[in-house]
Amino acid sequence: MREAGPTPLPPNGASHPSACENGSRRGPGAESADRRRAARGGDTATDVAFTALLEDSAEELYEKAPCGYLSTLMDGTVARINGTLLEWLGLSRQEVVSRLTFPDLLTGAGKLFFETRFFPLLRLKGEVNGLAMDLALRDGRLPVMASATLKTSADGQPLLMRITLFDARDRRAYEAELLRGKTAADEARARAEADRERLQSALAVLQRSLLPDDLPRVPGMEVASYYHTASRDQLGGDFYDLFQVDGARWAFFLGDVCGKGPEAAAVTSLVRYTLRAAALHDSEPEAALATLNTVLYERYTGSDPRYCTAVFGVLRPRAETGEVEVSLASGGHPPAMVVRSDGEVEQLRTPGGLLIGILPTANFTTAGTVLRAGDTLLLHTDGLTEARTGADHGLYGDAALAAFARERAPVSAPALVESLTELLHGFGAGLDDDTALLALGVPTAGAGTAAGTAQHFTADTDSRSSSHETPA
Amino acid sequence: MDVRRRNNVVVTGRADGPVLLLAHGFGCDQSMWRLLVPALADEFRLVLFDYTGCGASERGAWNAERYGSLQGYAADVTEICEELGLEDVTFVGHSVSAMVGVLASRSERNRIGSLVLLVPNPRYLDAPEEGYRGGFSATDVEELLTSLEANPGWPQWLAPVVIGDPDRPELSSELEEVFCAADPEVVRVFARATFLTDSRADLPGVSVPTLVLRTAQDAIAPLAVSDLVHREIPGSRLVTLEATGHCPQLSAPEATARAVREFAGAVKRR
Repeated sequence: MREAGPTPLPPNGASHPSACENGSRRGPGAESADRRRAARGGDTATDVAFTALLEDSAEELYEKAPCGYLSTLMDGTVARINGTLLEWLGLSRQEVVSRLTFPDLLTGAGKLFFETRFFPLLRLKGEVNGLAMDLALRDGRLPVMASATLKTSADGQPLLMRITLFDARDRRAYEAELLRGKTAADEARARAEADRERLQSALAVLQRSLLPDDLPRVPGMEVASYYHTASRDQLGGDFYDLFQVDGARWAFFLGDVCGKGPEAAAVTSLVRYTLRAAALHDSEPEAALATLNTVLYERYTGSDPRYCTAVFGVLRPRAETGEVEVSLASGGHPPAMVVRSDGEVEQLRTPGGLLIGILPTANFTTAGTVLRAGDTLLLHTDGLTEARTGADHGLYGDAALAAFARERAPVSAPALVESLTELLHGFGAGLDDDTALLALGVPTAGAGTAAGTAQHFTADTDSRSSSHETPA
Repeated sequence: MDVRRRNNVVVTGRADGPVLLLAHGFGCDQSMWRLLVPALADEFRLVLFDYTGCGASERGAWNAERYGSLQGYAADVTEICEELGLEDVTFVGHSVSAMVGVLASRSERNRIGSLVLLVPNPRYLDAPEEGYRGGFSATDVEELLTSLEANPGWPQWLAPVVIGDPDRPELSSELEEVFCAADPEVVRVFARATFLTDSRADLPGVSVPTLVLRTAQDAIAPLAVSDLVHREIPGSRLVTLEATGHCPQLSAPEATARAVREFAGAVKRR
């Protein structure tokens, strides 16, 4: 390996000048030094002489090295120590050698660390590297990084611990700085998570305020609803409601405001209360939607147009026949669907109904039907039919929805909403929009009660709260 | 729960010999007994293990609550005895494990017949108001805990755990023997349980034959402390090894083995 003449060795075998280089391995500079020597014609004798002139002796190198050297017996008693380390400690050689042990030079924590970790590892592995500990000084402490090897006898018995200590003040300060930075970052993250948590719960409260707490009971009918929130961080723009207009009539609506977030929620709120008020004034579906169109158009003109789609309808239960007359109008919304008791699925088309709030005046047309025992009317927002499904991520679509309903007919309103809720959950990540469902049905003969029942489901992104049924 | 796997239980030595259960202390794992095992293997059945979370135990079975008190470690000991069907065990506990053995020997499900308390310290913290010197001030212990809790301490504990990776066979050839590998979180919790517990009140309740084994000079288990342990445990013996330091099983394995052998023989003859 090192052909460049004899390496200067200290006179005492117990010391170990190359320990600073982590054992006897050659430092990274050795190769290039060899090359430089070769380039100069291999004048090694001159080199050695020159080096020796600068470094008086190996002994001096040991004593004055820029690191602390320490050799101890296996019980820790200091056998040899260099001048650098004595200077750090502020002790004389006589005070230390044979009188003190290495742990004696350490702080209390250092002693604990030496006995529980440093010594066992050194004894078992034969070496330890870069362990942080603090020297106890008369007036304070000195952070050091310690490495150590064992000197063993020919038969493998450990004789000495050779310990090298580097001044680690700068490094420790740097680490403390890093730790402060990490602590600050951890705290900031915790605060951000707490803020997000608060925001989410505020949003959930706000979202609930845009939906009815409970659906009213409609005589001779079963009703059910469900709202799927796509994101806990975002207010959705879907809405629905069902309420009594007068002694004979109930009004319902369901729709979708363009966009998401607080602005959409503000529009949703306006839409909901406008439709409620309009229904009391003139509950004809066309008139209610026309009022909404005017309000939206006038409120959101100019640079921030806001519009929505909606179905608005009126129910007239006929106690004498058990039938329910339905008339409804739609503005740009997917058609309502009637699932007949015999499995037939009809769409209630309302041709010409435009997006609400886009034009100063809008014309809506009304469609009507009669629900008989076992028939259920379903309204939904496009989150359902535009969910991505299957391997090709195609849209779920109206046809699939119709087939889904047909397979379940005759189906009550609660049963239809429940199975559609399961369907929505099955979409997983394919369902990325809020979705509202509202089902209104007439129970089959013998089922339900004259007083009617209402079921109301709400759900977060991935969990479904328990449904509750209004006592009849 | 597979206790043998959880605690990396290793059984060695003389199959029909009396059982020695060797319990490592804070800071390492069953490698601590490596030098002692050859000296005892021809006479005893030796059971070695790593406390849950330490060494090659199942890290997934560890939780901060159970192992936040010495009772959790004592439960490991009891469960190992039950799993292996051990009876009348001689428990050899190093350092904090001496107190774990004391607790386990007092449990209702005790299988321990005798105790060797190797350099025990039932309370590391000084209690100046009682005139008790455990060896360390609250500041010393706090400093150690802080250095463990501060990340800069991590290289001290994260020995390079290189697991044989089938995709990178070249790693296996460089695989260094790993001793006392530890997860920093486990180390922190174990350190708190070790250095902040006061187990002195448990000593008088020990009812099995007990040997207190110490060295002539021990920075973290002062002689006055082992005197107290000996005094408080009824009928215990006290032996001082011709050795120094806190790890006589490493620094003086022959002398340690001799003392254990003599004690086990004496217990058997009773």
